[in-house]
Amino acid sequence: MNGIHDMGGMHGFGAVDRRPDEALFPEAWQGRVCALAGYAMGAGLANIDAFRHAIERMPPDRYLSDGYYGRWLYALETLAAERLDGDAAVERPDQVGSVVREIDRGPRFAAGDAVRTWNRHPQGHTRLPAYARDRRGVIAEVHPACVYPDTNADGRGESPEYLYTVSFDSRELWGEEAEAATTVYIDLFEPYLEATE
Amino acid sequence: MTADHRHGSDSPATRTEAIEALLVGKGLVKSAAVDALVERYEQDVGPLRGARVVAQAWTDPAFRARLLEDGMPAIRELGFGDNTDAHVARLVVKENTDSVHNLVVCTLCSCYPWAVLGLPPAWYKSPAYRSRAVREPRRLLAELGLDLSPDVEVRVWDSSAEVRYMVLPQRPEGTDGLGVEELTGLVTRDSMIGVERLQRTG
Repeated sequence: MNGIHDMGGMHGFGAVDRRPDEALFPEAWQGRVCALAGYAMGAGLANIDAFRHAIERMPPDRYLSDGYYGRWLYALETLAAERLDGDAAVERPDQVGSVVREIDRGPRFAAGDAVRTWNRHPQGHTRLPAYARDRRGVIAEVHPACVYPDTNADGRGESPEYLYTVSFDSRELWGEEAEAATTVYIDLFEPYLEATE
Repeated sequence: MTADHRHGSDSPATRTEAIEALLVGKGLVKSAAVDALVERYEQDVGPLRGARVVAQAWTDPAFRARLLEDGMPAIRELGFGDNTDAHVARLVVKENTDSVHNLVVCTLCSCYPWAVLGLPPAWYKSPAYRSRAVREPRRLLAELGLDLSPDVEVRVWDSSAEVRYMVLPQRPEGTDGLGVEELTGLVTRDSMIGVERLQRTG
């Protein structure tokens, strides 16, 4: 979905405030939310993709104001309300291990292949950042097939797909204002990619 | 039920108590286990693991080669890579050199190599870092005190799936005589994300 979470390339957020020696959980509730989310997902409340999508579905102003663990809290409340009313339909707990899956076909692309990303604006969850949509890149590495987040996030199943690291020249992404000698590598699933010359 | 009813207007601490009570009541979570996991995050799983991995790579060329080939099996040799981040597909380690500088980010959420670096620092999760690291990494690094020569190629790794990235920083000059333990003490978390270059201190 075209949401506030998709921040790559945005302007207006200012300087990075890198404070040394900050506490891991400045407030106690943050640590509890972190652990609660881990256990609740492990027990099948939601898979990682549904959890991320619950965060992305937050109102944009809340996404920005609630902070990192505040977003996790919001997502836990959303998922609990959606899934734990009455007879809970929780995920199979076996979905919580590694996302790597064996599939009965080989990868469509090999390292060095030229590809173009698709130009789609799905309303649901996806892991193609907007800044890399409809852009030309080169396959840098072929990874094993993994659970496909776009379908796994909303109950349409794992539908595993090969994962690739794709390299993009900074000029392809940012045009004339791109910084020189810079390459951005993004991990993208096979359906996002088409062959190009 | 509207979104507001689900999330209420109470403080985050009060809302956390409520969601914990609900999850415990539904049998999904045990409060004692939550206590133990918070303690574990705070005490056991931190960037010290990554620092130890880096020191091993600096002193053991065969380990370094295995680490760069496939990170997860290599860190298991040192007793790391437990189920801290169990859904992860691969751990990929990228080596900084005189001609290449690597930087790790997650623009879509805040994916981070928990198995070696623990939980991410606040700045890594900030909109400023997530938005700028892919568009103007050189300017961003310069603001953070790391000026890169124009001859150095910058490679930014946007962790958009379940591959996790860690940077193998360059070993500082003047550390030839140091052992693994002393070298481990020189490696900072931020150097393994790629926003800092290491120097020998003291």
